[in-house]
Order: sequence, then C-alpha cells, then structure tokens
Amino acid sequence: MNDTYDLRIGESHIEVHKFHSGTIVLSVLVATVLQSFLPVYISKFSVLDLPLLITIYFGLSRRNPSTGLLLGMVIGLLQDSLSKTPVGLFGIAKTIIGFLASSIGARLDTEHPAARFALTAAFYVLHQGIVVLIQKLLLAQPQPWFTMRLLLACLVNSVLGVFLYFLLDRLRKS
Amino acid sequence: MVALPSRHRSLFLLLGVVLLQVLLLAVQIKRDSQGRLIRAWTVSAVSPVERSGAWGIGKVRDAWRHYFALSDAARENEELRRENGQLKLEIMQLEGKSAEADRLAALLSFRQKQAKIPMVVARVIGSSADANSNIIYLDQGLRDGIRRNMGVITPEGVVGKVIESFRDTSQVLLLTDRDSGVGAMIAETRIQSPVGGTGEPLLNMKYVGNDDEVAVGSRVVTSGMDRIFPKDLPVGTITQVKPGGQYKQIRVRPSANLEKLEEVIVLLTTDPVVMKQDVAGANSLPAPAAGRPTSAATGKPTDKRP
Repeated sequence: MNDTYDLRIGESHIEVHKFHSGTIVLSVLVATVLQSFLPVYISKFSVLDLPLLITIYFGLSRRNPSTGLLLGMVIGLLQDSLSKTPVGLFGIAKTIIGFLASSIGARLDTEHPAARFALTAAFYVLHQGIVVLIQKLLLAQPQPWFTMRLLLACLVNSVLGVFLYFLLDRLRKS
Repeated sequence: MVALPSRHRSLFLLLGVVLLQVLLLAVQIKRDSQGRLIRAWTVSAVSPVERSGAWGIGKVRDAWRHYFALSDAARENEELRRENGQLKLEIMQLEGKSAEADRLAALLSFRQKQAKIPMVVARVIGSSADANSNIIYLDQGLRDGIRRNMGVITPEGVVGKVIESFRDTSQVLLLTDRDSGVGAMIAETRIQSPVGGTGEPLLNMKYVGNDDEVAVGSRVVTSGMDRIFPKDLPVGTITQVKPGGQYKQIRVRPSANLEKLEEVIVLLTTDPVVMKQDVAGANSLPAPAAGRPTSAATGKPTDKRP
C-alpha cells in the first residue's frame, strides 16, 4: 500500500498524507491530556485549544471528510467529557470543523505556513461561532459572539498551529 | 438500492453524526444527567496520567528547589564561616524551606484549628479541557468521602464547590465560572448578596441596591445562606463599585488565588457547619446590622428596592 497518494480534482493533484500507526491516537490523547493538565501550572495555557488544532491538522492532511468528521467527533466528545459542558457541545463543533477541514484539504494545497495560519484562524473563529450558536439555541446559555479574548486566542492558536503542524509533519510517512 | 456518491455519503454521515449529538444534548438537558457515564470513563482514563504528571512536576520542582537551596547553602556557608555566625546558617535553612512545605503547613494548621469539621486536603491534578469553563480536578473522590455540592476552600478563602465526584477524582466548579455562585455578605455592613463568577478573574456581587453604601476595599465573606459554605469565610475584596440600573455593579477580587491552586481543602459535609471565627479573621466583625433578608434558596433579595 502506498504511503501517500494523489487526489485528483480537476487539473490539480493534491497529496494525501499517511502517518505512522498510532500517531493520530497518540496525538489526540496527548493534546487532550495537555489541554486539561497544563493550565493547572500555567494558567495562560487555557487560551490554547490543542484538540481543535489536532482536528484541523489531521483533517487537512488526511483529506477524507468521513474520517475527518469522525475524528473531530471523538476529539470533541473527549473534550466535553473533561469539561463541565454537556457532552456533545464540542463534539458537534469539532465534527463540523473536521468535516470542513478535510473537505477544504481535498481541494486546496494547505502545506504553506501562510495558508495554514489563515485556515486555522478561520476554523478557530468558526468553531467558537458554532459553540456559541449551540449554547444560545440548544442550551439557552447566552454567550457573547465576540470578545477581545477570542481575538487574542485566535491569533495565539493560529501561530501555535503553524509550529505544531510543522512538528506533526515530521510524523508523516515519507 | 441506489448507491450514494462518496461526496454525498460523507455529507449524510455528517448530518447523522451531528443529529445524534444534538439528540444526546437534548437527552442531557431533559434528564439533567450531563452524560455521567462517558465522563466517568474519560476521567478514569485521563486522571492517572494527570496524577503521574502532577507527581513528576512536583518531584522536578522539589529537585530544582533543593539544588538551589544546596547551592545557596554552600556559598553562604563560606560566608558564615568567615563571619563565624551560626545564626546565619539557621536563617539560610529557613530561606531554603520550600513553598510547598509552607502551603502544606498552612493547610495543616487550618485543619487543626477546624478539627471538628470533617475535611480533607486534596491536590489539584487537572483543569477543564475547555477554556470557557473554570473547573479543576482533584486527586480524591468518592473513596475519600467527597460528594457533589461539597464546599472547596483554601485557608485564604472560598474556591468553589464539587460538581461531580468519581471514584478517585472529583470535579470542582471554581468561583470564577459563569455558573458559579456563593451566598455572601459585606463583612463590615453585613449587606447580603450572592457573589457569582463572570468567566473573568473578578467576581460579581449581584443584588446590592443603589441605596446601600458600599466602599471599595471592603471585605466580602460567606453568609452561610447557600448551605454549602460556613458563615464568615473570606470570599474576596471589593475592587470596583458603580451605580447600575436597579442594583450596584460591584466587582470582587477573590481572596483565594484561583489561578494558581495546587492544594485545596474539601469540606466533607453538606450540612451547615460553623467555622472558628479567627480563621475568617472575623473576630473584629461588627454584629449583623444592616443586612437585607435574602432567600436561602436563590440567594436573591426578598425585597424589591428600586
């Protein structure tokens, strides 16, 4: 079986990446545990959303909407389980992000750092938008659509995402 | 049967998965169950890793502190020899005492003073995986007697309450969370009003009428009306007072450092308890005078002042 293969859409050829076995599971677990553990010692760390970055990265790299959305769902439900939010809130948001990241990854070349930065920022804002929408519509919990913290978190996560994706690229099968 | 194109297949899968989770949300809201089973599994899986991490970080930090303590000891020992002063050696040893030992001593002292109140000291091993909620995980749970709705404090003040308890772990909602609240009153004037979280580092004192006089710097203590926390525990200090529509807008800085919690005390009772007054620093508190009656159930004032 090939480690990578080309996805042909129109005239463009987009490479689909594969990873060493266990990479995705391990990355998801490490991201979830770090997200829950590190803010105890470094409170500013809570601004990061590592599970979201992992969802976006594997969505963009694997480029399969079905696996992307299922991975997003699993990561979101894990995050819900470690939060006080009703189980499904982040599950829904990350399912949609996983689906969109995979779908966009299948159409665009998302290897360039600038493209990754822009996509991560867009997905971060969309993710927060979905979370707020669910909280308003389904949970009757009024939340602000926009805060300065959101803007800051968006920038921080996008910058971190570019570096994190670069590290995760090293785990691809060459 | 008509085969779906793969593009549509993933779209249908998306709709199905999202719909399932919406139903899951609806079931939780209807039954107020909050998906306890899936949480118990995840917390059980993650908490050993967090516990090991907390232990590892503690060891590294201890080693780091001891290294510097020993470095200081060697350097200062030479100075001490020159000065021939045994006293400086003792001071150096005191300086080398770790912050963790200090904190534990404070907790122990607090516990000894409140020996009649059942309580347990627990270590913080994790926090929320969601930046919008302020919760922490403790390394003790049902096996240690921790149950839902038990109060969590430090010697400095109120921390929050237990919202879920698992076998070896428990989940605590911090005072700063939007959904959090505590029955409180201003120590000097005894004006009662619940204090709630805003999701920000500062708290909000909700129902103090515009006619009431409130000074910046006043201490806020628990009123005991929520039947979770004993009366007169420190909650925070008022940092800002503004006139509002019907009630004043009062911001309160929490007494406990909620951003850097490492050990906390869980009050192992859901019955009303009375703390010794000296702990809350309430010896000099005036007798209740200007307090407004509040509802024990909601913490809201029972009278409606304009």
